[in-house]
Amino acid sequence: MTTFALNGTPVSVDLPLDTPLLWVLRDELKLKGTKFGCGIAQCGACTVLWNGRAMRSCQLPLSVVANTSVTTIEGVGTPDAQSPVQQAWIDHQVAQCGYCQSGQIMQATSLLSNNSDPSDADIDQVMRGNLCRCGTYPKIREAIKTAAKTVREQSNG
Amino acid sequence: MGKVRTIARRTFLIGSTAIAGGVAFGVYLTKRPHDNPLLEDLADGEAAFNPWVKIDADGITLITPHVDIGQGAISMQAALIAEEMDLDWGQFNTDYGQPAAAYYNRALGAELAPFNKHEDSRSANAVRGLLHAVTKIAGLQGTGGSSSVPDSFTKLREAGAIARETLKLAAARRSGVAVGELRTDAGAVLLPNGERLVYTALAADAATIEPVTDVTLRDPSEWRLIGKPMQRLDIVGKSTGTQRYGIDIEHEGMQYAAVRTNPRQGGDLISYDDTAARALPGVTDIVQLGNGVAALANNTWNAFKAVNAIDIEWGPAPYPAEMGDHWAAVSASFNEDTLDKQWRDDGDVDSAQGDAVTAEYRAPYVAHQPLEPLNAMVIVNNDGAEVWASHQFPRFVQQVVADVAGCETDAVTFHNQHGGGSFGHRLEFENIRQATEIAAQMPGTPVKLTFTREEDFAHDFPRQIGMARGAGRVADGKVVSLDLAIATPSSSTSQTQRIGQPAPPGPDEQIVAGAWNAPYAIPNCRVRGYRVPELAPVSSWRSVGASTAGFFMETFLDELIHAAGADPMEERLRLIDRAESRAVLEAVAELSNWGAPLGVGRGRGVALVDSFGVPVAEVVEVSETDAGIRIDNVYVAADVGRIVDPINFENHVKGAVVWGLGHAMNCEITYADGQAEQRNFHQHAGMRIHQCPNIVVRGLELANKIRGIGEPPVPPAAPALANAIFSLTGERLREMPFDNTVKFVS
Repeated sequence: MTTFALNGTPVSVDLPLDTPLLWVLRDELKLKGTKFGCGIAQCGACTVLWNGRAMRSCQLPLSVVANTSVTTIEGVGTPDAQSPVQQAWIDHQVAQCGYCQSGQIMQATSLLSNNSDPSDADIDQVMRGNLCRCGTYPKIREAIKTAAKTVREQSNG
Repeated sequence: MGKVRTIARRTFLIGSTAIAGGVAFGVYLTKRPHDNPLLEDLADGEAAFNPWVKIDADGITLITPHVDIGQGAISMQAALIAEEMDLDWGQFNTDYGQPAAAYYNRALGAELAPFNKHEDSRSANAVRGLLHAVTKIAGLQGTGGSSSVPDSFTKLREAGAIARETLKLAAARRSGVAVGELRTDAGAVLLPNGERLVYTALAADAATIEPVTDVTLRDPSEWRLIGKPMQRLDIVGKSTGTQRYGIDIEHEGMQYAAVRTNPRQGGDLISYDDTAARALPGVTDIVQLGNGVAALANNTWNAFKAVNAIDIEWGPAPYPAEMGDHWAAVSASFNEDTLDKQWRDDGDVDSAQGDAVTAEYRAPYVAHQPLEPLNAMVIVNNDGAEVWASHQFPRFVQQVVADVAGCETDAVTFHNQHGGGSFGHRLEFENIRQATEIAAQMPGTPVKLTFTREEDFAHDFPRQIGMARGAGRVADGKVVSLDLAIATPSSSTSQTQRIGQPAPPGPDEQIVAGAWNAPYAIPNCRVRGYRVPELAPVSSWRSVGASTAGFFMETFLDELIHAAGADPMEERLRLIDRAESRAVLEAVAELSNWGAPLGVGRGRGVALVDSFGVPVAEVVEVSETDAGIRIDNVYVAADVGRIVDPINFENHVKGAVVWGLGHAMNCEITYADGQAEQRNFHQHAGMRIHQCPNIVVRGLELANKIRGIGEPPVPPAAPALANAIFSLTGERLREMPFDNTVKFVS
């Protein structure tokens, strides 16, 4: 049994320790919001927060996840209670096919937790590992700036 | 707007039918005398009822047969019905419905006609009419060719209007108030006294009356939804991780499957040793497929590990093993035997006078690779089969599955799924065929097949490879002659063969699409298409032929203009002979402030390509940096006649520009030992965010026919970039991907 904190709640799974977190989430715990794209950390579709840092869950074996904290897209907000990043993603209508957007949102969430006023260069630097085949990058930039403004207002408020 | 009745009578009857506790409004395809003798072949069985609108006591469901692969097709279709039905956003559910001939694509036939999309001659319209009849008889339900909007625009508004008027009649009968005194609003019929009769409460009554087909479509000035920004119906789901895709489908008792089939595509499976694979954890079985092997396991990861642990010997590829031989075959195809068609021959290119310019161009194979890998869930049982996958041609899915499972086509239930992108990839059937092959070996067990990214790359039937040879002449500062010969394989022939359909007859217009129809009145202009004998299997890639032919035409024209010493924008404007094409070019000239100095270390280029009936002009601005060439700005103007949703329009255009630029920069599929050498996104990424320019979009609505925007902004992107880099460096880029020649910021 491997135990870790998932979206604030302890979970235990009985799987081989080399199983990537991505497949633990998707196939064992049935959290389908985290997506499989490439399996080799080249697309970012499977991005989660691991101990608060954006990580590719396809590269995190269960052995490493043991006794740590994981946040997935389901943990940052819900359709009825969206996080500032999710709200900005909706307001800017970022998604086209939407398949990469869980990973984009997790990466952007991580960016804003470290930098609530990112420049274009900051955004490009942090988001460059997240591939979007539909080409929603211009909208991603806009949405991150809107979300950053919300985050700043909330921290000032 | 005109009355619907005539249209409806000529093409289909609108019916309604009782469903449990409600009503459905829809289409009867009927067998009856017709102007066109081909239509007499309709069988009685094809008169099945297929709804567009279903209402029962629980709610309203709008059927949206065009699959949503990211282009917003569900929201677009729903908006057209809701506009006429007076439904508010959020008052209905949507459903793809079951595949049916009644949902045949009314725009695809005309799209396939080998004429300039803007030609309005009797002969052109006669052929379009014939092809329309063929698609209707075939019941060709399909999403592609940027045809979802033109197919749906009138048809679905009619469906909404018929539902509305029939509900009003039901309300009139119940209330005793004349229909003329009733209004509709937000899912209800309003009586003069202010009372609201909601549609769901009228549904049972409506099911008992003859539907009202004598309806008038609303004038555009009355539209509440069309032409206004809409919130996509899927935007919350896609922003919260709750949107479900095919890859997320699960079923009780499901087996997870992974496959490897011969990466030398179409080659044989010689032998395999699965001893090591069977010993791995979670593995339940290893089964053989036609030309590959599948591993079944208790989760996707274990299935991936197991399938990769199988030791397999593959047979040779049925096409040249090495890339050099592919190029040699293309190069050898510029001859009379493989001349597919001479599409244009204005003036006399052979006797034109002036300074001569010649050039040769190349476009590589390129993969589709949407981010959701291909997948499918299939159950085969004694009665037939059930399939969950995302696909653009649902009725062919039924046929493919029926062939493998050995059942009747109508015994295949297909649950179409939201696609995580397609770009043409979900026109193919390998994932569905293979999942069915596995499921047929274990009747009753749901089999969920997911491709590894590597398997997806290995079997991504790529865009056609191509070459072009240009010869032109310039004199007195003008382009006076342009002769372009283009050689590519036929992607549609390759595609249709894979599903056992006859190859489309006649020459393939896609070989020259975007080139032969270029809207320039060059005094001497010839465009010829040469059909390269089939090499590696190829498929439709977002914008299809225009993605190669548009590149050839607009870069070669740019070379001629430069040789003439003319300005790229001014000379194009001088040559243009079509108002809408001129308008988009003038729009980007204004948006980009063409003519104003850019400063040192910067360059700009322009291109104009008309594909799928949509003229799109793009200006690309680049600059030289220490890290390589950076694309700074792109200005785009396109004319689709009418824009259904300005937000989705803008997103489509920007996405298509990113698609066109990204693949022109850094993507190609090359073959070695008969296999694609690119295996994952580190070798074929397209554009990433740090390479993405600022993109400014202007949509025009001048043309009298409505068109789709999914593909047309792709073709001008590559030539506009090549022309911009030429203006920066003085070096002509005649081969994609450009990063084989120049360095980009990476």
